[in-house]
Amino acid sequence: MTPQQKATLQKLGPFIALLVVCVGLAFMSPDFLTVGNLMNVMRQVSINALIAFGMTLVILLGGIDLSVGSILAVSSVLTAMLMKAGYDPMLATMAGILAGALMGSVNGLVVAKGKVAPFIATLGMMTVLRGVSLVLSNGSPITGFSSDFFSMLGGGYLAGLVPIPVVWTLVMFALFWFVLKKTVFGRHVYATGGNPEAARLSGVKTDRVQIWVYTASGAMAAMAGVILTSRLNSAQPTAGVGYELDAIAAVVLGGTSLAGGRGWIFGTLVGALLIGVLNNGLNLMGVSSFYQQVIKGAVILLAVLLDRAGKK
Amino acid sequence: MKRTISTLFACLLAVGLLACSKQGPDTAAAPEASAAPAAVAEATVGLSISTLNNPFFVALRDGAQAEATAQGVKLIAVDAQDDPAKQIASVEDLIQKKVQVILINPTDSDAVANVVKQATAAGIKVISLDRSVNGAEVSAHIASDNVAGGKMAAEFLLEKIGGKGNVVELEGIAGSSAARERGQGFHSVVDGKADVKLVAKQPADFDRAKGLSVMENILQGNKNVQGVFAHNDEMALGAQKAIEAAGLKNVVIVGFDATPDAVAAVKAGTLAATVQQKPELIGKMGVEAAKKLIDGAPVDKSIPVPLDLVKQ
Repeated sequence: MTPQQKATLQKLGPFIALLVVCVGLAFMSPDFLTVGNLMNVMRQVSINALIAFGMTLVILLGGIDLSVGSILAVSSVLTAMLMKAGYDPMLATMAGILAGALMGSVNGLVVAKGKVAPFIATLGMMTVLRGVSLVLSNGSPITGFSSDFFSMLGGGYLAGLVPIPVVWTLVMFALFWFVLKKTVFGRHVYATGGNPEAARLSGVKTDRVQIWVYTASGAMAAMAGVILTSRLNSAQPTAGVGYELDAIAAVVLGGTSLAGGRGWIFGTLVGALLIGVLNNGLNLMGVSSFYQQVIKGAVILLAVLLDRAGKK
Repeated sequence: MKRTISTLFACLLAVGLLACSKQGPDTAAAPEASAAPAAVAEATVGLSISTLNNPFFVALRDGAQAEATAQGVKLIAVDAQDDPAKQIASVEDLIQKKVQVILINPTDSDAVANVVKQATAAGIKVISLDRSVNGAEVSAHIASDNVAGGKMAAEFLLEKIGGKGNVVELEGIAGSSAARERGQGFHSVVDGKADVKLVAKQPADFDRAKGLSVMENILQGNKNVQGVFAHNDEMALGAQKAIEAAGLKNVVIVGFDATPDAVAAVKAGTLAATVQQKPELIGKMGVEAAKKLIDGAPVDKSIPVPLDLVKQ
């Protein structure tokens, strides 16, 4: 096997794992392989996938973003408050996403200009923003939006079949795939993550790359937050707790290296699907939620171990 | 080369997804046909719990499971881990699973409305447990009988003080259903008794520190107090501290909820009693009601669950 073929096979690993799990579940649960359920799974996956797309860029840089769950909550609360204050729902939605991008850019600034380790910078932001969401909402959920546009964002269907969140996920997937594969910026992300010093010396403005990447991560978390708010018809100040870990799991399952510089967005989509399919399948089979956690954790460990073994 | 590979994978994904959704109905049709008779033989009930990270809800699930086993009903319990988004995802899975009845213990009364509507639209009956659903119809609501609990507390209090004396009522958050109903039960016993005088009735918001300060203020104006009823244990324990500091003896204090702190205080003799919910009974009655719905029998819209009194 040539190294190139081997690399190809390795990249396909997560996809094969997803197929195996799907086939297994199809045999074990008669309700799994139905159009309704597959759409159901994809809709459930969309929140995690959107966050994980942004997280992929961050991890490609060798960084990590722990604040995504809190950004999701703040953006969700902000959007809800604006709508409650009588602003146009579309405007409120865009303001919420913009606010998420701004929060992400603060992460980027602290990491790039302040030279703070991403883990610490985003951990701090995670705590600050969780507090902000509680302050803004006074600790209680904000509910009762009557906008058709807004309820469609999370609950609508395209052509009566494809849930709108899935449409957004596919659009963002295409966008991220294009940016990473086809643009100079994408190449700079890989270069900065692979060897920051070398990238800087060869003229890549690594600080700027970092700031933009964290901004994108914040925007994606906010987008997920707006969709979630629409799905729940309620903005929860405590929403998104632990979502950073789900997103990181999706990225790592997809074969993106935590060391930075190596990975791809398709893997992340597959990783997110794998987690979602496992959640759904185990629920359909009636597996106890305690065992579900054990199984999901074990699958993540196994997938990463296999990935490591293949790379040796 | 790299580019062609990634394009190839993108196509593969697209084909895979298409194939998945196309296969859906065909593969689903076969097992469905064979599964249909089995579904008639075995009734399946879904139970969505707000969190299993709390002994109260674990007891609720255990009660439901025991009753399901006794009735020959299959129970699928899913855990929302206090996350409304996880809850709607797992309820959607139960809908896909085509359970006959869903018992839901909402993480957030508003946030689950959409998914309850979804279940109803799919022909699945929904029963809410412990917490109600706002904005969607359910077949029944099963929760602790707070009115009966307030009555029980009042009767015990009067018995302890010998049927006469001055009593104080510490109210929960104004307008909350627990405060309203517990107060209503208490007043139904105490009001109109010639020898019993309600010397003070003030809100302390279910909070221990407020229970302490409110009780201190009450004692400033009136040291002659024989009994206190607090709408929850936190306020009861706060009031107990104030009474202790004021040097009053033999004041009968009754709380509500039977928290571990309060039960310990009852054992130590500083609280007279506390009213305890019976979570396992809520679970049991939930499955009973679900079974009735499956058998086509009528079910009350509101099913109160009796409470217990923890005393020395």
